[in-house]
Amino acid sequence: MSGIFSARGWDKIWTYRGTFLLGLWNTVETAFAALLLALLLGVVFGLMATSGKKALVRISRIYVELIQNTPLLLQMCFLYYALAFSGHSLGIILTGILALGVYTGAYMAEVIRAGIESVPKGQFEAAQSQGFGYLGRMYYIILPQSFKVILPPMVNTIVNMIKNTSCLYIVGGADLLSLTYSFVTGENTGGSYAPAYIVCGTIFFLMCFPLSTLATMWEAALKKRERKAVTLKEA
Amino acid sequence: MIKLVNVNKYFGKQHVLKDVNLEVAEGEKLVIIGPSGSGKSTTVRCMNFLEEPTSGQVFIDGKELTAANKVKLIRETTSMVFQSFNLYPHMTVLKNLTLAPVKLHHKPKKEAEELAYHYLDVVGLKEKANVYPTTLSGGQQQRIAIARALCSQTKIILFDEPTSALDPETIQEVLDVMVKLAKEHITMVVVTHEMGFARQVADRVVFMADGQILETGTPEHFFTDPENERVKQFLGKIIR
Repeated sequence: MSGIFSARGWDKIWTYRGTFLLGLWNTVETAFAALLLALLLGVVFGLMATSGKKALVRISRIYVELIQNTPLLLQMCFLYYALAFSGHSLGIILTGILALGVYTGAYMAEVIRAGIESVPKGQFEAAQSQGFGYLGRMYYIILPQSFKVILPPMVNTIVNMIKNTSCLYIVGGADLLSLTYSFVTGENTGGSYAPAYIVCGTIFFLMCFPLSTLATMWEAALKKRERKAVTLKEA
Repeated sequence: MIKLVNVNKYFGKQHVLKDVNLEVAEGEKLVIIGPSGSGKSTTVRCMNFLEEPTSGQVFIDGKELTAANKVKLIRETTSMVFQSFNLYPHMTVLKNLTLAPVKLHHKPKKEAEELAYHYLDVVGLKEKANVYPTTLSGGQQQRIAIARALCSQTKIILFDEPTSALDPETIQEVLDVMVKLAKEHITMVVVTHEMGFARQVADRVVFMADGQILETGTPEHFFTDPENERVKQFLGKIIR
């Protein structure tokens, strides 16, 4: 048994630091690719949800509810094993990117929908009355205004996604958590549970904490600016 | 210039416009009055398809307005001033005024800015070009909104209760600007409760109630000798 204070445990981690760095790299890579997919899906389904067209709203709703009300682990297993056993294996990396991207996309869609809905109806009408078409309306008038509402929860969603890369463990991924687990259970490397998990957790924290702090700061700055606008108006 | 033919509008089961027929000539100043819930706002909102009629036709400048051509036709022919101003809060006043001319009417930036300053001068707010709309009073915001409508240089400007959201003391500054505009050859359709304004600038007044046009006439006729019982009742209540 090697506890937190076992120098040998920490030593071993230093020797095998490459494993952790590889895990970090894989996690970042997967998260980044999944983020691009999630943003794309989020924008498309978020716009569909606010389009006012019944069929589009419904399709977007089905996507969001289906994804948000089933576990990510299950979605990942489904994508990997269900396809693998029918002879269409996607491979672990692609599975990870797709599953995480589609899952996070549903949350992004909700964030973007809420952001667009936070813009008063009068703004849409003013743009329409000037002769802006759908895209111009969104690009020049609605999205710039919803951006500040969208950003903080969007960053939180990204933080969650980074942590969710650990679900790749279920399909045998090479992400940070999976590699940590292999490390502590490995024949040659095993045993240093506490140091290994502390290192793994620290790496996750160092990735996520700056992002969440950024989100919190954005939110605070936003509230301050709104208060300022109100006082200016009253003065 | 504007023609509504048998326009009907339902909101769900509610029948808010019942066979409305109305024609507005080029350069005419038409004022629509009537109790709230009478369909006045819906009528002007049908003129630029912010509300699409459930049935009936709308013609602008001789062309039928359809879901397919509305973006382009509205861009070229009409502007609107709203009760709640609806200036773009993330842009300065100048940006608010130049956005449509630059992006939709493809004017060079410099020309658009000159135009913006010209109309800011018309509404008496030239010094506010570089501030954000939320820092302005309601009356000032509405004057900016009128300047914005003017910057599109359309033949028609629709006004949907432009003074209803304003403090009593700022109503006049907006009305003054509108009276000034009325001297130009712009087709103006104005939904309002300001009877003094109607009297002063309207070529024709339309009275609506329950989704129908009950009486149409010159302001002279309206304020001295209305025929319809409902109109008499309404004017009796509103004119002090």
